[in-house]
Amino acid sequence: MLGSTLSLVIWVPIVAGLLVLATGSDRQAALARWIALAGAALGLWVALPLYTGFDATTAAMQFQELKPWVPQFNIHYHLGVDGISMPLILLNSFITLLVVIAGWEVIQKKVAQYMAAFLIMSGLINGMFASLDAILFYLFFEAMLIPMYLVIGVWGGPNRVYAALKFFLYTLLGSLLLLVALIYLHFQSAGSFEILDFHRQPLALTAQVLVFIAFFSSFAVKVPMWPVHTWLPDAHVEAPTGGSVVLAAITLKIGAYGFLRFALPIAPDASHKLAGFVIALSLIAVVYIGLVALVQADMKKLIAYSSISHMGFVTLAFFMFDASARGSQLAIEGGLVQMISHGFVSGALFLCIGVMYDRLHSRQIKDYGGLVNVMPVFASFFMLFAMANSGLPATSGFVGEFMVILGAIKINFWYAAVAATTLIFGAAYTLWMYKRVVFGPVVNEAVKNMADLNKREFLFMTLLAVCVLALGLYPKPFTDPMHATVVQLVNHVAQGKLPQ
Amino acid sequence: MKTLYLLVPVAPLIGALLAGLFGKFIGRTLSHVVTIAGVAVAFVASMMIFQDVNAGHGFNGPVYTWMTSGHIKFEIGFLIDPLTALMILVVSFVSLMVHVYTIGYMHDDPGYKRFFSYISLFTFSMLMLVMSNNFLQLFFGWEAVGLMSYLLIGFWYTRESAIYASLKAFLVNRVGDFGFLLGIGLILAWFGSLDYATVFAQADGLSGQTVALLPGHEWSLLTVICVLLFVGAMGKSAQFPLHVWLPDSMEGPTPISALIHAATMVTAGIFMVARMSPLFELSDTALNFVMVIGAITALFMGFLGMVQNDIKRVVAYSTLSQLGYMTVALGASAYSVAIFHLMTHAFFKALLFLAAGSVIIAVHHNQDIRYMGGLRKYMPITWITSLIGSLALIGTPFLSGFYSKDSIIEAVAFSHLPGAGFAYFAVTLGVFVTGFYSFRMYFLVFHGKERFQQHHGHDMEHHAGGHNQGGMPHETPWVVTGPLLALAVPSLVIGYITIEPLLFGDYFGTSIYVSDRHPVIHELSHHFHGAFAMALQALVSLPFWLAAAGVGLAAFFYLKRQDIPAMLMRKFRWLYQILERKYGFDDFNDWFFAGGARLLGGGLWKQGDVMIIDGWMVNGAARLVNWFSRLIRPFQSGYIYHYAFAMLIGVFALITWFVRATQP
Repeated sequence: MLGSTLSLVIWVPIVAGLLVLATGSDRQAALARWIALAGAALGLWVALPLYTGFDATTAAMQFQELKPWVPQFNIHYHLGVDGISMPLILLNSFITLLVVIAGWEVIQKKVAQYMAAFLIMSGLINGMFASLDAILFYLFFEAMLIPMYLVIGVWGGPNRVYAALKFFLYTLLGSLLLLVALIYLHFQSAGSFEILDFHRQPLALTAQVLVFIAFFSSFAVKVPMWPVHTWLPDAHVEAPTGGSVVLAAITLKIGAYGFLRFALPIAPDASHKLAGFVIALSLIAVVYIGLVALVQADMKKLIAYSSISHMGFVTLAFFMFDASARGSQLAIEGGLVQMISHGFVSGALFLCIGVMYDRLHSRQIKDYGGLVNVMPVFASFFMLFAMANSGLPATSGFVGEFMVILGAIKINFWYAAVAATTLIFGAAYTLWMYKRVVFGPVVNEAVKNMADLNKREFLFMTLLAVCVLALGLYPKPFTDPMHATVVQLVNHVAQGKLPQ
Repeated sequence: MKTLYLLVPVAPLIGALLAGLFGKFIGRTLSHVVTIAGVAVAFVASMMIFQDVNAGHGFNGPVYTWMTSGHIKFEIGFLIDPLTALMILVVSFVSLMVHVYTIGYMHDDPGYKRFFSYISLFTFSMLMLVMSNNFLQLFFGWEAVGLMSYLLIGFWYTRESAIYASLKAFLVNRVGDFGFLLGIGLILAWFGSLDYATVFAQADGLSGQTVALLPGHEWSLLTVICVLLFVGAMGKSAQFPLHVWLPDSMEGPTPISALIHAATMVTAGIFMVARMSPLFELSDTALNFVMVIGAITALFMGFLGMVQNDIKRVVAYSTLSQLGYMTVALGASAYSVAIFHLMTHAFFKALLFLAAGSVIIAVHHNQDIRYMGGLRKYMPITWITSLIGSLALIGTPFLSGFYSKDSIIEAVAFSHLPGAGFAYFAVTLGVFVTGFYSFRMYFLVFHGKERFQQHHGHDMEHHAGGHNQGGMPHETPWVVTGPLLALAVPSLVIGYITIEPLLFGDYFGTSIYVSDRHPVIHELSHHFHGAFAMALQALVSLPFWLAAAGVGLAAFFYLKRQDIPAMLMRKFRWLYQILERKYGFDDFNDWFFAGGARLLGGGLWKQGDVMIIDGWMVNGAARLVNWFSRLIRPFQSGYIYHYAFAMLIGVFALITWFVRATQP
């Protein structure tokens, strides 16, 4: 079965999703839930061999599958993973399982459709990370927007239509340029749609810059980078808990992944030339967004802004070059770790907000206060995740930021200094929110009647807590598979595509 | 042997986890049993390590590889040398005392198990910090003790003042950590390693290296690194101007004020600089900076202690001032003296805090010294031990504080750094101030009129269990007085016993490096003729008489003529206001930093995100499309004759163009 691991990783959740959909109306809700759980668990199970069977010594694509798909246009069903995409697929499969568990009783209307949307989305996202064919990638890349659009638009809050449309149009606009760039590269590389061929394809600087701009406008929106970030807070606020979790934990990673898979290796010289621009936007994200997060009254908005700020670290990490045009291995790996950690931490924080929202039906900080008195177990988990969000050592949040700052300081002291302000801002907005929500005396009757975590909630909180601590205390198993791929990427980008 | 090293931090960790995660199942008694057992194991292991190190056995090696990237290896590992051995002994001993004391102090608190779990976890973090052999683990411990401090200051989480103080402590520490992390980053960038030994070995080679952080300004690399590292120490060890969190940290329960905010955590910065002596020794600029900051803290925080009425805050300002003394010693290259004072201070300051806690219990959780007085009759053990602690603090000859503080003052006198003159003035005058505020508190609490009847019911330190209000004060149970007695012994004698090996022997060996350019300790040793002679000599020295004057003045003011301080307070209202407002730092920080950040954040959000990006760009683009389509909508009227007319015009235009184009 090893030969079709990636296909299983993609299609098991999608088939499970279709099965769930087949259960139909809410009379069969229980059945839908159990099938969804089984599908998500199986999806994670089939993804595990990607880690256990991964060869960390090579930068080559692994678990490859290659079949002709549309031979007229030379489009292939070509799958494969390397040290960059493999952890993201595992993260996605894991988060899907959590989302199913988290939505268990919370979603009472259109249960089958809800669960199915997430399962199908999970398969599509896996497909996107695993695609080595540009058209296949593009297909998955666009297709996953649809379930997310539906999740926000159907199960969302009062202003969900505006948010869903904003999300859809924002991200679609960018990706049209991506398609243009891919087709251009197709003609440049003598009719191939192989992403790896694009990597090798020599390009003049002007062409690289244009291709880079096309990639950038697509991926920057996804990350999202300042100033094209405003769809995210709106989408988060309106999305149901599960939607927020996937948005923050997975969808944001797609943009960053795109930079690593497309922008940097295909247009290395343009990346180098335009790095200053990307770095500036990243640092603005860290500081500006950090300050904006401080004044948010809505918890989901606060965490949404915090996500943008944390993703600023990722884009910063990818675009730092030293005098000889070499990226920093430490920083890029730090960026990758930050992506995974942010998946755990932001997912966990949105789940925490979901737990509170399920009880009080409010996301406003001012409606809460003194939660620790009635929900001590919840408060402990929330504290752990808040600390991880503030980048405390021994939690996953520290590792990525630490590596990026250490990598940055070698390139330019001031990049590191500006980025390191997150130590202060991140702690300020996270812990100030925590203080107002959790500490203090019980503020009102509604809070007084809030029950502590039930077993189901305890389960997913524990799973995430274990991940956050494991990555913080012993990141080596997480980073070891990345080395070969990242080194190769750094070398490839440093070499460039222009005649020396 | 390695198992023994591991045992030191891991035993308290196990205790903390058992009490923290399973406290519900194992109950109160077992919770304190497991945590105390854990710390006791750590203490015993520390003693064994201490003996072993004295016999010349050290250790420097990894425990596990945290992560690798390229050829950079991040490891968790231990460095066992004399400096570490001394630190773990002090930390585990004070922690053990505080654990025992807590049984009595937190007896009625509903958070009993949680408290034990926290202080054990703190002990673990602190031990990891001092045992580290690399900067990564140092930073881990550094932040972990900060976290525990945050959780413990806000332990009584329903009190607004406590949770405010805890957040403030964490954020101010984060400002320090900001510098600290950049310092560590520069070390990795230039030395290519985070391992102490590797870094120190290369330090000399990089001493001439300069960096241009600002174009056109070349600064010595080591100066930049050391100043940045010291910024971290300023946060953790509460040095001016990052001192603002420590007085507020008194909102936490008293046992942690003793353990964290006096004896151990706040000295982490001192320990760190001493550990980094091979780096600091290479930069006179950094040392001078350290010394001046320390001197400012030592003197000006002492002044604040003179007007405080909260028993814990008096001791807190005294701690700030003493931390300043230690920092001054570091600046004077007298690292061993700083560590020596760190040790003696840990004992007598923990003692003073725990005694203050004992008093607080006795007077039913009132902390205002104006409503105490005459307590010596009711609680003799607390009284005597407090007296010992206070005498040690002000530097009474033969007591522990004398040896360390006097050595600091002399060390500064021998320092040739530009800031040494000011520092000498500050630490000398500080002796008078220390004598005054210490004995002001002592007299107000234990002597004079009994004023505790006037103040009942004010629940200064909240206990949900609630003590029976009223009733005469009485001595506290043995779990409280026992630790007081156990700490009183080293407060009395530890200085006399250890000054010779620590300062003038070669106890520290290579764990502290002093360059030949800063021979302060060497000069000190010329004037040292044994601990006994040193104490006798001091009787005719300036510091002794300054301290005595401070005590005398306090006695006069607060035992004989209470009207004089009241009169001075009225006459020098402005000065009193300045001290009362703590020089205005808190107000400024609240207004400028907290308020400014919120204002800026709100502005960026409303003007930047909501108005410009969303309002003009995103929704503006949508409106533009809307406007444009409305503009062209009339053309699609649906009437055939409109279209036919348009078509005719088109055909006409095309023919015109065609005819003109084909004609030459």
